[in-house]
Parts: sequence; structure tokens; C-alpha cells
Amino acid sequence: MSLRLTALDALHRSLGATMTDFAGWDMPLRYGSEREEHLAVRTKAGLFDLSHMGEITVSGPQAGELLDHALVGFISALGVLRARYTMICREDGGILDDLIVYRTADDEYLVVANASNAQVVLDALTERAAGFDATVRDDRDAYALLAVQGPEAGGILAKLTDADLPGLKYYALLPATVADRQVWLARTGYTGEDGFEIFCAPADAEHLWTSLTGAGTDEGLVPCGLSCRDTLRLEAGMPLYGHELSTELTPFDAGLGRVVRFDKTTNGGEFVGRKALEEAAAAAEANPPRKLVGLVSEGRRVPRAEYSVVDAEGAVIGRITSGSPSPTLGKPIAIAYVDAAHAEPGATVAVDVRGKAEPVQVVALPFYKRAR
Amino acid sequence: MSNPTHLQYTKEHEWLTAAVDGVSTIGITAHAADALGDIVYVQLPAVGDTVTAGETCGELESTKSVSDLFSPATGEVTEVNQEVIDDPALVNSEPFEGGWLFKVRVEATDELLDADGYNALIGA
Repeated sequence: MSLRLTALDALHRSLGATMTDFAGWDMPLRYGSEREEHLAVRTKAGLFDLSHMGEITVSGPQAGELLDHALVGFISALGVLRARYTMICREDGGILDDLIVYRTADDEYLVVANASNAQVVLDALTERAAGFDATVRDDRDAYALLAVQGPEAGGILAKLTDADLPGLKYYALLPATVADRQVWLARTGYTGEDGFEIFCAPADAEHLWTSLTGAGTDEGLVPCGLSCRDTLRLEAGMPLYGHELSTELTPFDAGLGRVVRFDKTTNGGEFVGRKALEEAAAAAEANPPRKLVGLVSEGRRVPRAEYSVVDAEGAVIGRITSGSPSPTLGKPIAIAYVDAAHAEPGATVAVDVRGKAEPVQVVALPFYKRAR
Repeated sequence: MSNPTHLQYTKEHEWLTAAVDGVSTIGITAHAADALGDIVYVQLPAVGDTVTAGETCGELESTKSVSDLFSPATGEVTEVNQEVIDDPALVNSEPFEGGWLFKVRVEATDELLDADGYNALIGA
């Protein structure tokens, strides 16, 4: 099957990007050094093409009730022009995807799913919409998505828009004109830095990309690929579906039980997965299973996804879900599910790195938190 | 970065120099370094070890992956590049020069390619 191309494909190639197959999309992995791209986002600004993300519009008089039924969050309680991190679960509580939902109007929401799960989410929402006065629309081809992330992002964007950026709060959005193009401008991201995501018409993507690149030259804005996006989110302790999250796990297993809103009042409090999630919540309270923790290595070999976490005797006590060299810390870091008995910050455990036990220290997540 | 004509190459993307007093210098190509991305850790054989052509003798770790390092030659390791151990980014920035990996007293080699043959292999 041929890969899907974003509206910026020709531009990425002209920039000499190394491309990669990501969930069926041909996406930029990096343009030059992924380490330098990472550090640019931490200290200046980076520009990403995230057009692979799956946009789904849910609209109608009962759009909020539908999302309250279909997702674990209390979505109808979200204010207009605000956004929320949430999840969609199966009836058995297993996580189908993690999502950001933007309320774009009183009766309209934009649901953004991971590229790898977009069809699953679309199918689930469509099925769960039965009986609600609401429509679910596949808008994957209606939007390109750019992200400007980093401490200089606001200053760069301010050169291209009259929108009230200082008034745009984290996890909020605005209809805005950026470089003479109509967009949805959201203060969201996946890097641990301040930044913006720009949902635009695919036909406007190239104009916006070049305008942002031009506006950001003096601030040190660089194009950034998915490789540094992954290390940025890892340092920020943010989960990635398929690594920290899966259908085998509930939000409570992942330490993200706070996204499950048992207190929602719509639909009589019922939502898909409620019963299983109540049991998962009770089990996590009474007998915590493995916990999601951070690991930092003093060595140089990198603990990577799927490697085993072991105790002093070599017994397996956990599993790495993501691992990478950390450009900011200058050390290898990893996220792992570790038996609760070994999950206290400060504990020393080890990772089986291709047959050799490398000592690592358990730390609380995130590894990196920006100064505000 | 073009592949220097004075070197010989393997299909596993290593290069080696013509032997001087029986000793060849070994590294990986710019093409390999680019494909790996930022290299953060290199594990090399120790001086005195005997390496075997076509067999694993170390590893190269980049942000995204870890790859085996194959020796293009059989023989005793006479020197390793401490600078590259201390600063693995040299493999990215100077793959054919400061980023060399180790030296071997060559007894035998794998089938080797000249620069033209290697260019053809990687479609350069």
C-alpha cells in the first residue's frame, strides 16, 4: 500500500528531510540532527508537520452527550474554545486511544486522534453515535496540522497574526487569521514547551509553513521531525499510544485515572467502559499493579522499549515502554511499568540491555518541566 | 558527502584503508551514519581482541536505534579511537576522518567494494 503524503510533502523533500513510514503516512523523521532539533524546541522554537493526526468533527444538538457517552471525560462540561486531554476506552476498560478534544462551538467538537488509531476512533464514535442527535464526520482530509513549539513560538506567531495570543490560555483555541489564512489556532502541544498547533486547510499549509519559517529566522526556528517530537514528549513524561498506552491497559494502569470522570452527569452517568473502569479504579487503589515510572541511567547504553527491568537478583520486575538518550539531561532515560514494590523514586533497579544489567534509578515523571 | 576513492567498502557500510605496515583503519560510511542519525554511544572491540570479517565486533547506538558493528577484516585490533568513544558525534560529523573506529592487523577481509561499487550499492 502506498504511503499517504501530507500537503507539505514536496517541501519536506526540498529541505532534505529523512522520511519515515509512520502509521501509513510518509512523514519527516528529521531534517538534520534530531538532537539539534530537540534543543531548538527547548531553547528557541521548532516547526512541525503533524498532518498525519486524525481529525474527526462531532456536531449536532447532542454532540456533547455523545462524547460523554463515548469517551471517559466529561466533555460537555468543557467551555467553548477550550480543549481537553481524554481517552476512548473499550467496554472492558482497555484504552483504544488517547485524544485531545477541542470544543469549537456550542454544538461542535474537533476530536484529534493518533494517526495509528484514527480509523478505530472514527469507527467507534460512529457506532456509539447511534441514538444521539449528532453526526460524526471524518475530517482527516479537511485539515493539515502544523505546530510551532518552544519559548519563542509566541513571539514568532505574533508577527503573523492579530489574534490575542497572551489571552489564549494553555489548552484553549481560537479561530484566527495567520499569515492571511483562516485557521484554528490552539495552545496545545506534545513537547513540554509553550507552543501552538495550527489546524488549516491543506491548500494553505505550504503558505503557512513558509510564512512561519520566514518569521522565525531571527529567533532560531528550525523545521523539526517526528524523531525529536518523540524525545521531547518522553522528557516531558507524556504517554505515547502503542508504548505506554494500549488496549491491554486501562487509564488507571497507566497512572492516568484522573481522565476518567465518574462524576459526569449526562446520560445518567453511563458511559462506555464505566463498569470495568470502576473495578480498575478499585483494584489500583487496593492493590496497585505495576506503576509507570521514569528511569535514568548513569551509563551510556540506552534502555529501549521492550527491554526488561530487573532487580538485583536478575528477576524481571518490569518492562520499558519508551527509552532514548535525553538531549536535555545528557543521559539515557526511559519510561517503564515497574512492580509497585520497586517503583519508589530513588530506588535503584537495572535494565537488561542486550544481556547486560545496566543500573538505573527510578525517578518521578516528568524528566523535564519547563520554567514558567 | 562523497565516498573517498582511496578507501574500500563493505556491503554492511564499513570502510577500511589500504594497509600500512599490515594495519588498516576501519570506520562506517557517511551513508550509514546519516541513516543512523545522531550517534550517542559506540562500543568497540578492545585492543588485543581478534575480530573476524563479517562478524559483529561492537555496536553503534543512535537516538532511535542500536546497530551491530561488523568487522570488514579478520585480525588483531591494534588501536581504538578513544576520541570517538568520548564524543560519538564525530562519527556523524567526520565519518571518514576523525570518526574512524578501530585499526586491525589484517589477515583477511570480506569481499570489498571500491568507491564506485559502493556508490552503486547505495544508489549515490
